[in-house]
Parts: sequence; C-alpha cells; structure tokens
Amino acid sequence: MRIELERRASASSLFALVSPILALVLTLLAGAIMFLMLGKDPGHALYSFFIEPLLEVWSLHELAIKAAPLILIAVGLSVCYRSNNWNIGAEGQFTMGAICGSMLPILVPQWQSPLVLPLMLVMGAIGGALFAGIPALLKTRFNTNEILVSLMLVYIAQLFLDWLVRGPWRDPKGFNFPQSVSFSADAVLPELLESGRAHWAIVFALVAAVAVWFMMRYMLKGFQVTVLGSSERAGRFAGFSSRRMVWFSLMLSGACAGLAGISEVSGSIGHLQPSISPGYGFTAIIVAFLGRLNPLGIIASGFVLALTYLGGEAAQLSIGVSDKVTRVFQGLLLFFVLSCDTLILYRIRLIFSDGRASAEARSPHA
Amino acid sequence: MKKLIIALAATAAALGSFTSGVQAQEKTKVCFVYVGTKTDGGWTQAHDIGRQELQKAFADKIETPYLESVPEGPDAERAIERMARSGCALIYTTSFGFMDATVKVAAKFPKVKFEHATGYKASENLATYNSRFYEGRYILGQIAAKMSKKGVAGYIASFPIPEVVMGINAFELGAKSVNPEFKLKVVWANTWFDPGKEADAAKALIDQGVDILTQHTDTTAPMQVAAERGIYAFGQASDMIAAGPKTQLTAIVDTWGAYYIKRTKALLDGTWKSEQVFDGLKDGILTMAPYTNMPDDVKAMAEETEAKIKSGELHPFTGPIKKQDGTEWLKAGVKADDGALLGMNFYVEGVDDKLPK
Amino acid sequence: MLEAILLTIITAATPLVIAALGELVTERAGVLNLGVEGMMIMGAVCAFACSYLTGVPLLGVLAGIAGGAIFSLLFGFLTLTLVTNQVATGLALTILGLGLSGQIGESFVGIPGVKLQPIIIPFLSELPFVGRLLFAQDITFYLSIALVVCVGWFLFKSRTGLKMRAIGDNHGSAHALGINVIRTRYLAVMFGGACAGLAGAQLSLVYTPQWVENMAAGRGWIALALVVFASWRPWRVLAGGYIFGAVGILQLHAQAFGIGVPSQFLSMLPYAVTIVVLIVISHNRRTTLINTPACLGKPFVPDR
Repeated sequence: MRIELERRASASSLFALVSPILALVLTLLAGAIMFLMLGKDPGHALYSFFIEPLLEVWSLHELAIKAAPLILIAVGLSVCYRSNNWNIGAEGQFTMGAICGSMLPILVPQWQSPLVLPLMLVMGAIGGALFAGIPALLKTRFNTNEILVSLMLVYIAQLFLDWLVRGPWRDPKGFNFPQSVSFSADAVLPELLESGRAHWAIVFALVAAVAVWFMMRYMLKGFQVTVLGSSERAGRFAGFSSRRMVWFSLMLSGACAGLAGISEVSGSIGHLQPSISPGYGFTAIIVAFLGRLNPLGIIASGFVLALTYLGGEAAQLSIGVSDKVTRVFQGLLLFFVLSCDTLILYRIRLIFSDGRASAEARSPHA
Repeated sequence: MKKLIIALAATAAALGSFTSGVQAQEKTKVCFVYVGTKTDGGWTQAHDIGRQELQKAFADKIETPYLESVPEGPDAERAIERMARSGCALIYTTSFGFMDATVKVAAKFPKVKFEHATGYKASENLATYNSRFYEGRYILGQIAAKMSKKGVAGYIASFPIPEVVMGINAFELGAKSVNPEFKLKVVWANTWFDPGKEADAAKALIDQGVDILTQHTDTTAPMQVAAERGIYAFGQASDMIAAGPKTQLTAIVDTWGAYYIKRTKALLDGTWKSEQVFDGLKDGILTMAPYTNMPDDVKAMAEETEAKIKSGELHPFTGPIKKQDGTEWLKAGVKADDGALLGMNFYVEGVDDKLPK
Repeated sequence: MLEAILLTIITAATPLVIAALGELVTERAGVLNLGVEGMMIMGAVCAFACSYLTGVPLLGVLAGIAGGAIFSLLFGFLTLTLVTNQVATGLALTILGLGLSGQIGESFVGIPGVKLQPIIIPFLSELPFVGRLLFAQDITFYLSIALVVCVGWFLFKSRTGLKMRAIGDNHGSAHALGINVIRTRYLAVMFGGACAGLAGAQLSLVYTPQWVENMAAGRGWIALALVVFASWRPWRVLAGGYIFGAVGILQLHAQAFGIGVPSQFLSMLPYAVTIVVLIVISHNRRTTLINTPACLGKPFVPDR
C-alpha cells in the first residue's frame, strides 16, 4: 500500500476550514492514547491542555502576552519568507530591539516624560531593523547567505546582552546581580485592562498583522514581494529590484522582531536581564508557516501555539506529567496540523499493491 | 466515517470522565518552580531531591506539585501565578532569575507564602533562602593546595555573578591558607549547562598546566575529563563520585531537603515567618561528600576545617585579605559581613583572571 | 601542548562535520531539514541507552545511527509523502526530538557512560606528531573523514550522485527523465538522519560519555549553518567545522591564559569568525549560485 497525492484543480475552501478541525481531532486521539500509555487520565489531561487555560480571565491575559511576540515576529517573517529571504535570526533581532529600546530607561533614567515610551518603541524597532540590516548588507554587498549570517548573529546578540547586564548596564544597587535598573513608570508599556497583565504588545501584533495583510493584498509592495519571491527573473522583467527587496523584507521583519523585543522587556519584564526570550524568534518561524505565511492565519496559529505552552503548564500541574511529555505532545500537534493542511491542495489516495486505487480519503464525510 | 464517530465518542467520553476524578481530601500544597528539568543532573535535580525528601517527611499531610523548565522572564510570572491560584500554600521559586516575578506575584497574593532561592528581595509573605556554598569551597581550596603538585588549580565558572565570584575567592583563600603561593586559573564557560563546552573548558585548563579542577557548572563532564587525564577534581551540586571514582576528592552537595522540611513544618505549625535565610554547613543545607582519594593527613585537615566552620570558629572570609590589585579589603581579624559576601564583585589576591566589569 | 589542543579541537569539530555532511546530502537532494538538532539528540540518547544496556559502545554507535535515521523517516513521511512545509516540519521535529529524548533518557541521567575506545592503527599511529592526532582516534573521527571523501566522490563522481544533484536542482526535469524523485529524497533524508544520529552518538559516547537532556546544546543548528557556509561542498564542511571548533577552543585557552577581554566577547568569536570567513569566500556570486540546490525546500508532487 502506498499513498499518492493528486493536486486539486484549485485550493479547497472546504478543507481550508475542515483541516484544522481534523487536525484537532487527530491530536486529541493521539494525545488520549499517549496519556493512557503514561497511565494518566486522558480526559483530564486534554481538558487541562486545551480548555482550562481558556476558562479564566487572567489566563486569557496570559495567552495574549504569550501570543503577542510570536505573532508580531511571525508577521514580519512571513514577508521575508514570501520574498524568498531566509531570515532565521529573529531571536537576535528581538534581543537587539530590546537592548536598543532599553537604552533610554537605563542610561537616562532621570528623564521622565510621556515621550519616553514611544521613543523606546521606535528605538527598539530601529534596533531590530538595523541588526537585520547586517545580513541584508552582507547579502547584497558580499553575496553571503542570510541563513548563516542571521543565525550566527543570534548568538552574538545574546552574548552582547549578557555582557551588558553583567557589566556596564548592571543595576548599581542590585548587589551585583545581572539585572539592569527597573524601568520607571514612564518606560513601562501599560496594561490594557484592569483584569490582568496583558499589555499593548498584543495590539501592536494585531495591527501589524492587519497592516501586512493589507500590504500584501492591496499594495504594489506586496505584489513585488510575491513576484520576486516566486521568481527573481520575473521580478526583474517587471522592473523590481531584488536587492532592494532583500533590504526591505529583512529590515521589516527585523523591525517587527525588535518591536516585539522592547515590548516584551518594557511590558512584561520591566528591566533587562540575561534571558529575555524563551526562543520566541525560533518558535515564530513555526507560527509563520503554520499560519501559511498569511498574516491573518498567523494570528490564529500564534494563539494556538501560545495555548499549547499554557496548556502544557496546566497539564504539568493538574495531572503531573513532565514537561518533556508536553513537548512531545506539542510536536505531535504540529505534525497533525501540518499534515492536514495537505488536504487543502491535494487529494490523498491510498494505492494498494495491485494497482487498484481505492479508499479515496476525500473527506470525513465520504 | 464510522471510525471518526467512534473516535469522537471516545474523546467525548474521555473528556467527560475527568470530572469524577476530583480529590477527596484536602492536603496542604507546597509547590516548586524549577528553571531546568528535574533530571538535569545538577541544580534543579538537587532541589527536586529536596522536594522528594519533603514529600516523604510529610507524606499524608502535603502535596508537592512542581513546574519544570520555566523560562526566566514573563513566563515565570505566569507560572508562579498559576501556582498561587491553584491553591498552593507555600511556593518555592528556585532560581535567581525568578526574583522580580516572585515579588510581583507575592504582592498580588498576600495569603500565599513564597520563598525565593538566592535572591535579595523579601517582604511580609516572601522569604529568601541561600546556602553558604563558599564554606565548602574553602575546604576544597585547602585540599587542592595539599594535593596539587604544581600549585595551580583550574576553575570552570558559569557566569560572573556574586555567588560564583564568592566561590572562586573562597577556594583561593582556602588554598592560600595552605600554600600562600597558590594560583587559580578561571575559565568562564558562559553556560550553566553544556557538557561539551564544560569538557572543552576542562581540557583547556589542563593543557594550560593546572593539575586539579573544580567547577561551578552543572554537568559531570569536567569530572570525566579529569578522570581521563588522571588529575583530581571536585564535584559540584551533587556527589559526582560515579563519574570519577578515582578522581573526585570530595564534592559540595546541595541538600535543600533539610531546609524545605524545616520551613514546611513551620508552615504547618502556623509559625512560618518571612526571613532572609543564609544557611551553611552547620544547618545541613549543604554537605561535603565523603573525602576520598587523598592521604589521611589531608583528610584529617579537611575534616578539622569542616568542624571549625560548623562550630563558627572559622569564617573563610576573615582578614587580613587583600584584593587582587593588592589593596587591603579586610583588616586582620575582621570577618566579612553577609552583605559584602552576597554582592561580591572583586577577586582576592592570587586569582589569575580579570573579572568582567 | 599543541597536540593536546589539536586533539580537543578534533573532538569538538567531529560532530559538527558529521551532522553537516548528512544535512548537505539531504539538501543536495533538494530537501531542507531544519530538524538536525532533534535528530542529533535522538541519536545521542539511543546511542547512550544501547551502549549502557549492552555494555558495548560500538553497538551504541549503530543504535545512534539507526535512531537518527528512523526519526528522520517521520520527517520524510510528512514532507515527501504528505508534502508538508519543510521548514515548519523540521522545526517541529526538533521540538519532538527534544521532548522524546528527554523521556527516553530519564532513567539514564547521572549514570557514567562507557567511552568509545580509540582504534589505534599500527605503525601509522607511531608517526611523530600526526600519529596520535590522526591515527589513534575513535571510530567516529575516522568515519567523519571517510564521509567527507565518500560524499565528495558520491556527489560529483558517481552516477547516482549526479542524479541526486539533478533532483535538487530541478525535480520536475529529473522526474521527467525517469528518476524516482521521492525515493531518492527519502534515502537522502535518511542519510541525513543517520549522520545526525552518528554525531549524537559521538556526543554521548566520545565527547562527554554521559546522557543529559538537551546535551546537543545547539550543535545541530551550527551544523545547519555549516552547510550554508560550505556552499554545499563537502570539503568546505570539513574546513568550516574545524574553523568553528578551533576558534571555540582557542577562546577558552585565551581565557585560561588570562588576556583580560570579557569572556562574552571571546565566546562570540566562533560565530563572528564564521561570518567573516563566509564573506571572504562568497565574493564569487556565480560559484555560490551553481552550488545552491535550486529546488531546496520546494514541495514536489509527481504529475500523473
């Protein structure tokens, strides 16, 4: 028996809707089996994974906090990937954005004004964009591959941050522990509502997603991205500069990551410290592709991924599985979501060895 | 289609069944937030062993749920808040990086008790606890000076924070109390946890001529390298004798269990108070692994020093002590106060390294 | 002392070279597998478990190779049969690998491993200086060198290698010529998995004979970067792995020597040097383009 794919004449809009549901069902089934094998109550486990985090207001706030950087970074990356520029160093741009944005509250803490926060955010975005400009510069000038350069710069950014908070930017009153001074009230990204911690980062993320969606759909720039991404030659005939596109896409994604970085530091942490990101820049790559490189899809996938983190924690506490189990489960979920997406573009046929095509898995309604 | 229905039914049944599983009796919840996984073989594992001892000590009275691999940052605040909301009466946050998150959540949940390891911010319902690792390191230094032929030891350090600097200084002071000319080379691995890099650092130090190794990182990789190269080494956080049966002289073992039991008992008795605890060898928060692979006179010296530290007769940081640049830090007979120790940011004379500024 | 430093560099570079070579073959066939870190850590845990349970480290090496290869099949099934997105699937594979390896290895934490013994080649190992460096190593080192030679020969001198490169450059035409694209890509993915697994085995049996979670500590990512660094040429992988390894070791020596530069800046060196070298070697746009598999990461479904 083997599996063959047959391309659909056009993308199935039915399966665009059914595929996530099917993926969820498959994940629940696989999860149930896995938890049973571990000797845990599968119902309880799945409940705490997917439902419990959604039931309480504070938890919804946390979901927004966790999803915001993922969405913001992924939206920027989607433009990069669509234009065929492989920025995988968003983690570094996130870190640099956080560093640049934090310069104001750390170096001139005495300056208190309503201008501080907007300036910080702008500086954060610029910092991220400039840092992403390094792979762009090297790619356009020296023809180096941006995958390598952006990845290597991640480590450099992290070590630089480490040096800053243990050295020159260390809080002089902090007993020599590796932390900067706490940001003053003017430098903290305010919370949105009284009911929880969620702050403006989620708004930035949603606005950025809609803006990029609009650009990709209705603006010439978006068209350029798509054309140059699918064929550089075609783009050149149309008079688009692939060199400029390298700069544009990398710096846009860098700016998004930088803004995410300073928002995270200003809104959620309140000071600089050696570790400011649990790998958002890398997780956002998955988010981008899970959202099919569509900014609106990315909003959904960002929330789904954030939910699996929160759910993993809830499951650790309520049924006592280890965090390794939650990570395996997260991996399974991603696999199912990715596989089910295949159904949108393709029909799946099971071919038995005698060549007889049968059991056409057209849809669950078959 | 049929399969799908069965599947959905099974899932629904599974979802329904959980409600029946509510626990019958009320146990006090003592909760733990870990920065690593509980089987990381180092820092977090030591805390988890403490948790298990605690659970055993109050088997029918308490539950000890925990969260592993909580990143330092906003995730920490969420994880701690989740614990507070889930009915924990006492929450241990076991990494320095959780400090501000713990402070924030503690302010939000005044009825819940919090204890934060190795930090310095406390409040009405937030205590801190720390271990005087430096007492053990002083003993290691003395042993090293006796056992080293070349008079140079290598120190694999993680990150330049006061605790690590304090450890390096204590080691050097101990060594100099035996051999005033003793030198210490330091390599910063810039990680707590990367066996490959720790092994590389160990090899680099040995190639630079040290003949005894000590580490302030978490894995047994340096011990294995020492064993391979035939030099002596000291274990860190847990007894690493299995990795170097002929190599380990002794180890500083983190034994948090004693402390956790003491504090939980206070909680159950209703006598829990916020304190800033800085316990040492005498309180059992750290212990020395058996002294092995050394002649009897060295062992006797180590045991004597250990006893003196426990009785309070000896404080490793007692003057006269000079800083690395030769300026005087402590006058003869003066003991360093805890504040100076906890914020330590300079080397004492004899350390062959420059501290990152 | 020079000899000792070189030995340390060899140990540090070997896993990078092996894993990068595997990924190089995978990518030459047009498949981008970002799950190297995950496959590596699976190889490490399988190797350690098998070597510990049987007491024979060589069996552990085989188990590592098998573990990596089998794990990569999961990636192959998704990306080749179900044509899922390769980048996302590779990253998901890493998440799964980190979790699964931790689960498998839970009971092996803290147990000292058995070190893979060197195979000392008679006579050659007695040569001055190079003898101990090159001819008294363990099997993973020999394999790493043999792999460089074999992969170089395979890709550029053999018929099958030519076909494989054809698939990576234009899978449509290759298919039209009657080459079985999917099957070849499955094999390439499995080769990549096997190499990553072997690299993992080197970590848990040679580099640091023990099992701890997440012990690959980002080496899979470096291997990925090295493939790009090498612009998909095997000999350059060897050079890149050794440059990266050497700078990493030398910065530790610089510290032990006490040169007074903050250690964070020294730790940046391997990454920075890699970028600088890449700038120097990629000035010729044409050679880079020729060597880049044109169909890298693109989905392929045969027309019927």
